Amino acid sequence: MALLQISEPGMSPEPHQRRLAVGIDLGTTHSLVAAVRSGTAEVLPDALGRVLLPSVVHYSDRDSPQVGQVAWECAAEDPRNTIVSVKRYMGRGLADAARHPSPYEFVEGPGMVRIRTVSGERSPVEVSAEIIRALRERAEETLGGELSGAVITVPAYFDDAQRQATKDAARLAGLDVLRLLNEPTAAAIAYGLDQGAQGTYAVYDLGGGTFDISVLRLSKGVFEVLATGGDTQLGGDDFDQVLVDHFTEALGLRALPPDDLRRVLKAARLAKEALSDQPVARIEAVVAGKACSLEVSRERFESLSASLLERTLASVRQTLRDAALAISAFDGVVMVGGATRMPMVRQAVSTLFGRPVFTDLDPDEVVALGAAMQADLLAGNRAAGSDDWLLLDVIPLSLGLETMGGLVERIIARNSTLPVARAQEFTTFKDGQGAMALHVVQGERELVADCRSLARFELRGIPPMAAGAARIRVTFQVDADGLLSVSARELSQGIESSITVKPSYGLSDDDIARMLQDAFGSAQADMRARALREQQVDADRMLEATQAALDADADLLSAPELADIQQQMRDLRQVAQTSDDPQTLEAAVQALARATETFAARRMDRAVQRALAGQSINDL
Amino acid sequence: MNLLNKSHFDFLGLPARFGLDEHQLHETFRRVQAAIHPDRFANAGGAEHRMAMQLATRANEAFGVLRDPGQRAAYLCELNGCPVRAETNTAMSSQFLIQQMQWRESLQEARETSDLEALQGLEQTLCDHRASLLAEMARALDEQHDYPSACDAVRRWMFVDKFGREVAVAREALAAA
Repeated sequence: MALLQISEPGMSPEPHQRRLAVGIDLGTTHSLVAAVRSGTAEVLPDALGRVLLPSVVHYSDRDSPQVGQVAWECAAEDPRNTIVSVKRYMGRGLADAARHPSPYEFVEGPGMVRIRTVSGERSPVEVSAEIIRALRERAEETLGGELSGAVITVPAYFDDAQRQATKDAARLAGLDVLRLLNEPTAAAIAYGLDQGAQGTYAVYDLGGGTFDISVLRLSKGVFEVLATGGDTQLGGDDFDQVLVDHFTEALGLRALPPDDLRRVLKAARLAKEALSDQPVARIEAVVAGKACSLEVSRERFESLSASLLERTLASVRQTLRDAALAISAFDGVVMVGGATRMPMVRQAVSTLFGRPVFTDLDPDEVVALGAAMQADLLAGNRAAGSDDWLLLDVIPLSLGLETMGGLVERIIARNSTLPVARAQEFTTFKDGQGAMALHVVQGERELVADCRSLARFELRGIPPMAAGAARIRVTFQVDADGLLSVSARELSQGIESSITVKPSYGLSDDDIARMLQDAFGSAQADMRARALREQQVDADRMLEATQAALDADADLLSAPELADIQQQMRDLRQVAQTSDDPQTLEAAVQALARATETFAARRMDRAVQRALAGQSINDL
Repeated sequence: MNLLNKSHFDFLGLPARFGLDEHQLHETFRRVQAAIHPDRFANAGGAEHRMAMQLATRANEAFGVLRDPGQRAAYLCELNGCPVRAETNTAMSSQFLIQQMQWRESLQEARETSDLEALQGLEQTLCDHRASLLAEMARALDEQHDYPSACDAVRRWMFVDKFGREVAVAREALAAA
């Protein structure tokens, strides 16, 4: 047997290959992409030097959809086909979507509302995918290569359905999602690492359409979220709406048609922005062919929107209670989101906390910058021995199950540190019952009707038994992204995973494939090429990871075990070079994964033992 | 995998006792998470990533139980074959039941008369009571190894803990009004 070549821990035998990974802030009103280049995170501008991409998609019956500024310019002329603030509809049903005034024609869709446009019905996932695709193209042009992965930010208060929808949108845009990252946590990374801060911080994040408050403890490179709260239906957009209402009331305008409404909305937003720097502004818009204008003072605007501001402060107080922290415990308050430019917001938050707030970093960019740093870390681009950091985030809303009488049985409490799992045992109600339905809800209320219905899972394949004899253990696992998965096992007969679990929402791989096909209008061959490319990326990653594991811990293996893994690696390399069949390649990747399972377990065990002995990975 | 079957104490390499250095617990937890969190394995294969998630879940669970004195005490009772069964076993001494009633009446009265000072006083009483319960649980678990007595103390602790939160909510509501 040839002598094994083992390089020094942390020293890769091949020159270090940088992976192109970006952070994407998918915002309600605008979106950004950022990347770490030569050690610093920076936002990536478009060809015209613009950093913010308006989160607007315009559909026409002729061309492919337009995204960004060009789409936004269509908003007033073609409001029904110009989708703005689509984030508000992510993972939402028809009833929720219809709650806000908008020019769209909504249609009930599977698991989520759809919007009828001139080019067909579009789900919010598809609309968001257009925005992500535009950012991806911008990044690939700027960075000069194909992206290997992305960190996508979501409001901390997003529920499971909204998170799943966001992840699906990224997949649809052809991106590998390294992680969904909560927006306030992303901001904390950008600030914390920038300033080397330690202590307890609050992040107040008022974006275009969502509000988040997170309380974090920063210590020795660990970002530990203690509690989070917010409102996914409250943002800067609502402050615009206050001015729209004021304008239409003052001028006696009633029930504006969509195009007029859009123009007024645009004018209101401009006036709101102007009021951050000056005491008085004018809302000027053409309504029913007539030029209308109204002067608004900052004072008036502030009194009109006082209740919106108070709603955010109530969330802050609740979150402080959840974290069991007094105002005096804080070392700083970070302001994030364009809407925190409003002086009244800064004033109210600094009054509440009794200290000036941090506004050093651009509130529009800070989330994308933090996401880019996290993407760089997850992609493995940071040099060995550099100070890495760790994020411990929490689940924002409790998960529960519907029980008899429409009551909620809580299974995972809000603000539990992620990842978290909880197992619950169920039994059958009738003799020979072969299936069982579970209704998972998310929220803090006692009644199912007051919580968000997340999913109905069906357990099928329960072996026939007398009523009450089956013992089905259902495990609810929420991963680091805040996404729920459910697995089930029949205990009395020990039949593992013979029970299938089917959620009622989220896109299946087939859905994604179909949508991609729709989007590109492409033939089967393209789909196959794409699948092959994905498998090749997986194979490369797997080979690289396995080699790195062997370099570090080959001593954990016996000679035959080592030989087996090396054989599987050679086989996979061989298949990757010669086969053009995605399924063959996938099977070879799976074979290597199985061959390394025991090795992985031993490596984990060693990592834990070393951690307990007080050594960090970086010391080794 | 054997790591998953260890007790919370063994998993975090701590002695199985009630008395525990909170700082050390926190430090150990952070070190373990830093070593095995799935974010460390974002580029690894599916098997390692999945295992990392299981272990990180396990670490969070262990830390969550051990850092809370009531849960830690209940867990020790369970490890020693004397589960607390708080939902089914609600037996308490008549002395403690009378104490409960008095506290409940004080809360009710303070609410009705909007007496902030009375609420603060009640919170202080509960705080003192918690301290003596902590000492009682430590004695029963670490010195006398008397698990039935420890169970009894845990049940009282759970009541005081829950009631304390009710009082805090009432006090905050009053202070905000």
